[in-house]
Amino acid sequence: MRLRDVLAAGSIGLRTRRLRAALSVLGISIGIASIVAVLGISGSTQANLLGEIDALGTNLLTAAPGQQVLGGSGQLYPGAVTKIAHLSGVQSAAGVYQVPNTAPLRTGYISPLQTGGLGVEAADPTLLDALRSPLASGTFLSPATSNYPGVVLGSTAAHQLGLSSLADHPLLYIQGQWFAVIGILKPLPLAPELNPQVLIGLPVAERIFGTVNAATTIYVRANTNAVTSVRGLLAVSANPEHPETVQVSRPSDALSARAAAQGSYDTLLLGLGLVALLVGGVGIANVMVISVLERRGEIGLRRALGATRPDIAGQFLTESLLLSLLGGLAGAAIGVAVTAGYAAIKALPTTLSATALGGGIGAALTIGAVAGIYPALRASRLAPTEALRAV
Amino acid sequence: MTTRTYNGPRPESGEPGLGPAAVSAVDITRRYGRDESAVEALAGVSIDVPVGQFTAVMGPSGSGKSTLMHILAGLDQPTEGTVTIAGLEISSMSDGELTRLRRRHIGFVFQFFNLLPMLTAEENIVLPLSIAGEKPDRAWVEELLETVGIADRRTHRPAELSGGQHQRVSIARALVTEPIVLFADEPTGNLDSNTSRDVLELLRNSVDGLGQTIVMVTHDPQAAAQADRILFLADGLIVKEIRASTAAEVLEAMQEVSGR
Repeated sequence: MRLRDVLAAGSIGLRTRRLRAALSVLGISIGIASIVAVLGISGSTQANLLGEIDALGTNLLTAAPGQQVLGGSGQLYPGAVTKIAHLSGVQSAAGVYQVPNTAPLRTGYISPLQTGGLGVEAADPTLLDALRSPLASGTFLSPATSNYPGVVLGSTAAHQLGLSSLADHPLLYIQGQWFAVIGILKPLPLAPELNPQVLIGLPVAERIFGTVNAATTIYVRANTNAVTSVRGLLAVSANPEHPETVQVSRPSDALSARAAAQGSYDTLLLGLGLVALLVGGVGIANVMVISVLERRGEIGLRRALGATRPDIAGQFLTESLLLSLLGGLAGAAIGVAVTAGYAAIKALPTTLSATALGGGIGAALTIGAVAGIYPALRASRLAPTEALRAV
Repeated sequence: MTTRTYNGPRPESGEPGLGPAAVSAVDITRRYGRDESAVEALAGVSIDVPVGQFTAVMGPSGSGKSTLMHILAGLDQPTEGTVTIAGLEISSMSDGELTRLRRRHIGFVFQFFNLLPMLTAEENIVLPLSIAGEKPDRAWVEELLETVGIADRRTHRPAELSGGQHQRVSIARALVTEPIVLFADEPTGNLDSNTSRDVLELLRNSVDGLGQTIVMVTHDPQAAAQADRILFLADGLIVKEIRASTAAEVLEAMQEVSGR
C-alpha cells in the first residue's frame, strides 16, 4: 500500500473516535510531560545556580580553627589576618572575631537569653571588600566607626529584629550598651553563617566585651589565578605552629556541590516519569485491543477486498504509533509550558534540553510500537470469514 | 451500458453459460474441528461457474451455502478437494497469494459490513484499488457511478445513504476491478421489495451488458429468479439444480428440497 493510504487507514481510528483517542494518549502525555518538566526545571535550576556561582566568584577562601590532633579546637594566631593580607595573590583579607555570651536586643526589657538565633561578632572593616557584597542600606564598619558603638546587621538578623531601614536611626541593646545601627547587609550566599550575625568593630569589642584578637574565621579574596597557591599558604599563615589544625575551605564549593546534588534527584524523578510512560503504553495497548475487536467487520471487509495480513497489521501498528506520537508531542508541549512557567515564577533562566525533548518523543514512539504489536498481530490473524460473520 | 474488454487473465469464453469455468471446485469438503466433534459444512461439492453466467445458490441455514461461497471466492481453503480460480489452483497458495488473487479477480457484495463507514461513497468504490496501491481510471469510476445511479451522492458517507444505496455502492466497488467473478452474499437480505428489484436489475444488467460472471447466495426466490441457474444445497451437498425460472418455480423447488 502507498504510504498515503497507510497513513489514511491508520488514522481512521483516531479520526472517528476523538475522545477515546484523547483519553488513551493521556497516560503517555503525562509521562512525557513529567519527564520534560523534570529535566527542564532541574536544568533551569542548575543553570541558575551555576550562573550565581559565576557571579559570586570562586575565589573566596575561608580559614577557620579545626580540630586538634588530640581533640579540642585549634586557634588562629593574632595578627594572622595582617599576615595573610600581605601574601602574594591576596586581594583582601578580613577576620571575624567571637564576642561570647551576647545577644542583640531591641530593648533592655527583653531577657538576654532570648537570642532569637542571632549572635554578635566583631569584624574587620575589610570584610565587605573580601565578601564583595553590596550593602542593602547604610554603610559598613570603617576604621573610624569601628571605635564607636555602631553595628552592621546581617540580612537574617535585620529581618528577625524587624529592622528593614535605617530611616528611624534604630538602636540595638547589647549587654547593657546601646549601639546604633549603621548598615544592613544583603544575604551572603558564600558566607551564610554571617547572615544571622550583628557585626561590631574589633576595637569596640575589645574595649567593651574583652574580645581577643584571634579570629574565629578569616575570609580571603584571592586573585582568580592564585587561588590554589594562596590556599596552600593559608593554614601555615593562620597558625604557623600547628597548621594542621586550620580548616581551609572554599565556600563556592558548597554551592557547586548543591548544583551537582540537584542532578541526583533527576534520576529518581525520571524513573517515575518512565513508569508513567509504561502505564500510558498499557493504556494504548488496551484501547487498541478493544478497537480491533470492535472493527472486525472492517478488518474482514479489507481482507476480502485484498488487504494482506501485513497490510492489516501495518494499519493498526500505524494507528498505535500515531496515538503515541500525538501523546508525546502533547506531553512535550505541556512539559515545556510547565518548565517555562516555573522558570518565570522563580526567575530562573528557562533551560530546555533538546535531547530530553527528542528522547521523550522517541520513548513515546517506542512505547507505541511495543503497545501496538499484539493488537496489530491479533487483527492480522482474523480470518476474513470470521470477521465478516454478523455479530 | 458499454461493453468493456476485460484486461486480465481469463479462460477462453465461448457462448455465455457454456464456456469454460471462471471458478471451479472439485469434490470440496470443509470440516471444522476434529474427530468426534467435527462439523462438516460441505461434504463433497463439485461445481463449475461458467464465464458470463448468473448462478444462484440457495438452501436453508446450515446448508453450507455461505461456506461454499467463501471457498469459491478464495476467502477460505477447503479441507479436501481442489478449487481453481481464474485458471489458478488455490490449495497450494499462501495467504498472501490468495489475498492478492482476490484483490485482482474477485468482487464482493456482502449483506453486512459492506462499506467502510468513514469513507465516502466514491472512496469506498475505489477501495480495492487503494488497497492495491493503484490509481483508479477516472473514466471507469465515473461510468460506474452513473451506472449504479449514485453519482449525485458520491461524497456522502454510508451513514447518509439508504440501504439500497449501500448495495449500489457495493456493486460499483465490486465491479471496479473488473473481476472474473462477482460474489454476492444475500445482497437483498436487508432491503424492501422495491429496492431489491432495483439492485437485482443492476446485477442482471452487469451480466448482460458487461459479461460479468456472478455467483449469488440468497434466500429470496425473487432474487433467484434473476439467475441463469439455481443450485440448491442441503447438509453440505448439492441436491438440486434448475435452469432460469420464475419466482414461483423457485419456491416450488425450495419446498421440494426442504421436504426431503
